Amino acid sequence: MWFLNPGFYIKTLEEGIAFALLALGVYLTFRILDFADLTVEGSFPLGAAVVAKLIVAGYNPFLATIIAFIAGAIAGMITGIINTKLKIAGLLAGILTMTSLYSINLRIMGRSLIPLFRERKIFDAFEWLFGSNYVVLLTLILIVLIIKILLDYFLHTELGMALRATGDNPVMIETLGVNTDLIKILGLALANGLVALSGALMAQYYSSANAQMGMGMIVVGLASVIIGEVFVRTSKIPFATFGVILGSVIYRFAIAISLRLGFDATDLKIVTAALVILALGAPSLRKFMIQDEFAERLLEEGEYNA
Amino acid sequence: MLKMESVHKVFNYGKVNENHALNGIDLELKDGDFVTIIGSNGAGKSTVLNLVAGTYLPDYGKITINGIDVSNWPSHKRAPFVGRVFQDPLMGTAAEMTIEENLSLAYKRGQKRGLKLGISKNRRDEFRELLSWLDLGLEDRLDDQVKLLSGGQRQALTLLMATLGKPEILLLDEHTAALDPKTAEQIIELTRRIVEKNRLTVLMVTHNMKLALEMGNRTIMMDKGKIILDLQGKEREEMTINDLVRKFSEKSGQELTDDRVLLAKD
Repeated sequence: MWFLNPGFYIKTLEEGIAFALLALGVYLTFRILDFADLTVEGSFPLGAAVVAKLIVAGYNPFLATIIAFIAGAIAGMITGIINTKLKIAGLLAGILTMTSLYSINLRIMGRSLIPLFRERKIFDAFEWLFGSNYVVLLTLILIVLIIKILLDYFLHTELGMALRATGDNPVMIETLGVNTDLIKILGLALANGLVALSGALMAQYYSSANAQMGMGMIVVGLASVIIGEVFVRTSKIPFATFGVILGSVIYRFAIAISLRLGFDATDLKIVTAALVILALGAPSLRKFMIQDEFAERLLEEGEYNA
Repeated sequence: MLKMESVHKVFNYGKVNENHALNGIDLELKDGDFVTIIGSNGAGKSTVLNLVAGTYLPDYGKITINGIDVSNWPSHKRAPFVGRVFQDPLMGTAAEMTIEENLSLAYKRGQKRGLKLGISKNRRDEFRELLSWLDLGLEDRLDDQVKLLSGGQRQALTLLMATLGKPEILLLDEHTAALDPKTAEQIIELTRRIVEKNRLTVLMVTHNMKLALEMGNRTIMMDKGKIILDLQGKEREEMTINDLVRKFSEKSGQELTDDRVLLAKD
């Protein structure tokens, strides 16, 4: 049986951890900056494309992964500039960058798929440290842990606090001397850098980069953030980012189990979307339920009184 | 210290709903002036504050602070000089962040923000002292999120934040209008204390005629984007609310129709 096989858990955990960087990126824009950023759908495959192209060209996979992060950061910056300097709505700015990235990613790759089966990957660089058995999982955990700690620290710096305040109350932080345009551009750059990093790790993990691999990533990220919030309910940053990572892992397990139970892989996207709709729409739905309940109670009380 | 020279502001320029919000404002404030601004709705009172703060830039005219031409400086660039409290208590603080984080944000007013930790242990005592000075029991709640505070507490915190980091001009935009009468009174009292303590130059918009005459040393009345009355010194001291209402009709050729002004007469 599949659920007795430890390989199932390790593989799913690995995926969840690698996707956690995507989720952290989405958390940064969606929750901290209050910006629904669709650039993610393009910056994820951008990271994969850049890392694959560079690794095939013989670059050190470690360096290639860092360059993928920078590429993603530039993509985020472009969305930020379109939004703040040209005053184009955030959602549209993200869509415009995402659409452009589709062409750019294909240009970078030269074709729609680059296999990496025979190439050196970032995991190989850590074999001396972790041995060969769990090297992939441990490398991923190490990378995500370092990034989580750096992100937690950053969000508590003067600059990071200005970023949080920009998402919370832009008018107020501007009266305190912060250029919110620059802060938004910075936040989007950082977030999309993380997303591209996630894409770069995923490409090395699956041993292939695919121009289509960004599809639905924003919803995956949102689902992870929301699931995380169910388990870790706090506004304290270090706990919240841990929740996001946990959410990403739980989401991967939900997907993996659904697949084993016989769901079609192509149907999972609508399931994920429905989950996000339910979670984000819950406050409104609950309001209707409360109204109904209250109406019933009033009716009942009326009967008693009569 | 603050000078506005024939400042104009037009909204929706060239469209059917074009609105000449400020129609040549000339205003000079000396160091330590406390000016109250009154006028009916749409007179341009808040627009004056927005132009001083840099929320809007003038379409014509010049604004100088301490002799520096800031006419085209955006809001964040003017922050070192200007602190601001809004009517809505939710506008002046970051709700999801703690009291200490909010104060730390204000502490760095107009300074470069880098990768140093935003909260410093050394400042904690200073913040605690400032908060206990407010006398609202906030000094023990540094780690509470601001969204847990009441409207009055948030407005008091905003006042404190608006005066942290040594701005010279304080803009008060009907900052007690959204509070219940008792809390409003407390905030007014706090305003007096904080202005005196920091020796600030103040522009305060209010609908309350009584306050307008009681607070500060100068009152200006606005109508249709112009200053129609500028009271100071003896003339102001002898002015009653009824005189003020009559002056308004004389100067603007219409009755003072703002319900809130009439209600706030006594």
